[in-house]
Amino acid sequence: MKGQGRGLQAYALLYLLFLYAPIILLPLFAFNSGTIIAFPLQGFTTDWFSQMWANATLRTALTNSLIIAVSAAILATCLGIFAARASTRFEFPGKGGMMGFILLPMVLPEIIVAMSLLVVLLGAGVQLSILTVIVGHVLICMPYAIAILTTAFSSLDKSLEEAAYDLGETRWSAFRLVTLPLVMPGIISSLLISFTISLDEFIIAFFLAGNQPTLPTYIFSQLRFPKQIPMIMALGTVLVALSIVLLALGEYFRRRGNARMGGNPTGGFL
Amino acid sequence: MAKGGLDAQARQGYTLIAPPFLYALLILAAPLLTILAYSFLTDGYLEVVRDFTWANYAQVWTDPIVRTVMLRSLTVSALVTLVTVLLAFPVAYYVSFMVRPEKKATWLFLITIPFWTSYLIRVFLWKVILGYNGVINSSLTGLGIIDEPLTFILYNVNSIVITLAHAYAPFAILPIFVALEKIDRSLLEAGRDLGESRAMTFWRVTLPLAMPGVLAAVLIVFIPTIGDYVTPELIGGGKIPMIANLIQVQMLALDNRPLGSALAVTAMAIVALVSIVFLLINRRFLKVRS
Amino acid sequence: MSETRFDRLDAAKPMIECRGVHKHYGDYHALRGIDLTIRAGEFFSLLGPSGCGKTTLLRTIAGFEDISDGVILIDQKHMEEVPANKRPTNMVFQSYAIFPHLTVAQNVAFGLRRDPRGKAEKAALVEEALAMVGLRGFGNRAAHALSGGQRQRVALARALILKPKVLLLDEPLSALDRKMREQMQVELIKLQRQVGITFVLVTHDQEEALVMSDRIAVMFEGEIAQLDGPEALYARPANRRVADFIGVMNFLPARILAEAEGTVTVEAPGLGVVDLPARQVSRANPDDEGPSIGFRPETMTLVGANQTHSQPRETSATIDEVVYYGDMTYYDLRLDGAAAIDGRARPVRISMRNVFGRDVQEVGTRTRLAWSPGSLVLFR
Repeated sequence: MKGQGRGLQAYALLYLLFLYAPIILLPLFAFNSGTIIAFPLQGFTTDWFSQMWANATLRTALTNSLIIAVSAAILATCLGIFAARASTRFEFPGKGGMMGFILLPMVLPEIIVAMSLLVVLLGAGVQLSILTVIVGHVLICMPYAIAILTTAFSSLDKSLEEAAYDLGETRWSAFRLVTLPLVMPGIISSLLISFTISLDEFIIAFFLAGNQPTLPTYIFSQLRFPKQIPMIMALGTVLVALSIVLLALGEYFRRRGNARMGGNPTGGFL
Repeated sequence: MAKGGLDAQARQGYTLIAPPFLYALLILAAPLLTILAYSFLTDGYLEVVRDFTWANYAQVWTDPIVRTVMLRSLTVSALVTLVTVLLAFPVAYYVSFMVRPEKKATWLFLITIPFWTSYLIRVFLWKVILGYNGVINSSLTGLGIIDEPLTFILYNVNSIVITLAHAYAPFAILPIFVALEKIDRSLLEAGRDLGESRAMTFWRVTLPLAMPGVLAAVLIVFIPTIGDYVTPELIGGGKIPMIANLIQVQMLALDNRPLGSALAVTAMAIVALVSIVFLLINRRFLKVRS
Repeated sequence: MSETRFDRLDAAKPMIECRGVHKHYGDYHALRGIDLTIRAGEFFSLLGPSGCGKTTLLRTIAGFEDISDGVILIDQKHMEEVPANKRPTNMVFQSYAIFPHLTVAQNVAFGLRRDPRGKAEKAALVEEALAMVGLRGFGNRAAHALSGGQRQRVALARALILKPKVLLLDEPLSALDRKMREQMQVELIKLQRQVGITFVLVTHDQEEALVMSDRIAVMFEGEIAQLDGPEALYARPANRRVADFIGVMNFLPARILAEAEGTVTVEAPGLGVVDLPARQVSRANPDDEGPSIGFRPETMTLVGANQTHSQPRETSATIDEVVYYGDMTYYDLRLDGAAAIDGRARPVRISMRNVFGRDVQEVGTRTRLAWSPGSLVLFR
């Protein structure tokens, strides 16, 4: 038993190393003074970060990405609340099919979503911009938002809201006073996850943004130029750090939500 | 005297689900139907001619380039899926069976973090790790283990497989973990109690019960990898395109929307077919379970 | 002598009236014409197996479910257009539905949010309500840290603080362990006497209903099979299904020999021929093979070889099985001549209290059974 467990543990740790290998390398090259991304490392520098800071296109891309990610996160979470509540609270014919359809983008190759949307938008004569990216991102963030929110809503005892209603509140005030505070951790975690997905999304942004850069499309365009790569490493380091902070926050809220409901703290992120 | 056909509950349910459903209908279903329609139309110069034709599909199924790319996509996806799921199973097993309950969430969190960090940069870093002057080669030559850089991990299908296996790792671990968590631990004790060895118990009890999770993992890795665009572009250097790259080229670079649509529809049909096969297999396992 | 509780209840005005209440869920007919009057101040139970419609009926009274047909009146007012939050009823939920993000005091004060009274006055009301359910000083506790019994008390206080005309309780004791359940049964009875509010309890536990209720409606498949006080329900079940559901009853096939002026002359194997007045005749189940005679295990007595007894009738029997319960012993007996009607000998179960000086009999012993025709019920 012990021996087997230790073997598995060693394997699991190796696997974690495999998962984290790229992330560990990122800061190494970001602070490396050499211009070529290869070992051995040359020396320590923060030049790439200052270069990144001074880059005007990058700033535009960042602004665009933030606008897209914030809008997509809010819209996807709002739509997700509707879907999650419908699926956890009500029974109606065709529910499974409708929910399955809404969740479809989770398993549909993104290139197909992007291409078909692009064809329709071009056909309809819509000007490509960050708005069209938001439209696409809401679609792909929504399933993740729903997955998180459904967990939050389904761990909620249905009679809580009925009790509030029974005690004289209206349907809406019962929702506001009881359900909303209890699913708030789920809502925050849905916002954070949707924000992270949108911020990192490349394919839809690549095809639907027209000539507007977003962070991923900017990174993609720069990866072709070896001279730019150290700066991209610096940018990547900042983005990874940001993602980890956001995810840790999301996880914190999810666990706090569970604790408040008196539930156990285990359970997956998705 | 039942009110209207639909009871209040169903009406409220429809009202609530309407916004997200209509959004998906407008932004997903309508475009998908459009490319389905396009795939039966004829390509003209700078425009799509409204003539019904099977020619696009004929071309998709006969063109040797399309066939090569299609087969390559399928092979790569199948390989990625196999590698990912095989590598992931022991980790899921370890977290489910060996890790103390209060530590499980932390392990899952650690496993999912890399997944949420910039996909492009991760893919690019694999190029850095596996490249000609990459981390592996430079380290190995530096240590004197090899004289010439290894080439079998370089800009080819292998490097695509490694990169994608990394990218979709949490997708494989989570469903298997969930299936393993659902297994009643007393079943395993019963297996042991009835005189089975540990290995036999795993083979005859744990694995069949974990199968729905494994099949879900297979699907959830296979589907997105077959449509992956970035990895062949970055790692393969554009020299070994997969189906997604081909669709993009037809749709945009060559502006042949009908053929691009036919490619996309065919790819979706293949994905759907594979999914259905796996869902049918899964149903058999679920039946055994209940 | 002053008037009894039952006299008062008989004279009380109706608090809840259901007239021809039907409820459909799609094709499923959950309530099939419920007619029911619950009196003010009554402790009333809806008893039945799961799926019989008792919870649905409670929820239609509370206003959580619309009814498909019929009318419901509470305190002589039509409830058709009155939503749950405006009805003079409050509910204790099966899961208690304690708001986990609020403290005990905030939970209890929840219904007072729209009350114009001042803060101090409300706090006093909360403290009073908590004291009433035995939770004085628990106000600042976090709700999710409470035990099952404490949650139940908070749920009671939260509902009673609004002084509803009717308190609805949906299986309130089913989540508690046996000891706690028995303790809460007594406390609920006391509480009801104290506040004088009409209580409507839903339960599947017949013992609980018998212990607590003034009257009980037994429900099967969306219909009320019998509405009676606990004693009448137990002693004179309206049909064989009710008899089966409440307590233990032995059934023997019977043959009707004659019928005159409401009295039925019946022969039952092992018991011989008896005359039963109309009040001892009930309905059989539709799928019964024929009429049957029923009696409760405690209505017959085992008599030792040289003992005497004062019962009018006596039957010989052999002991097949003995089950010892501490305070009681159950005997499975074969009556002499038990196979007379259809050739099958059915065992009957008799219970004897283990009092001082009475020995537990052994398997195989020949014995006598003393009984009275007054304790028999004919199902036809």
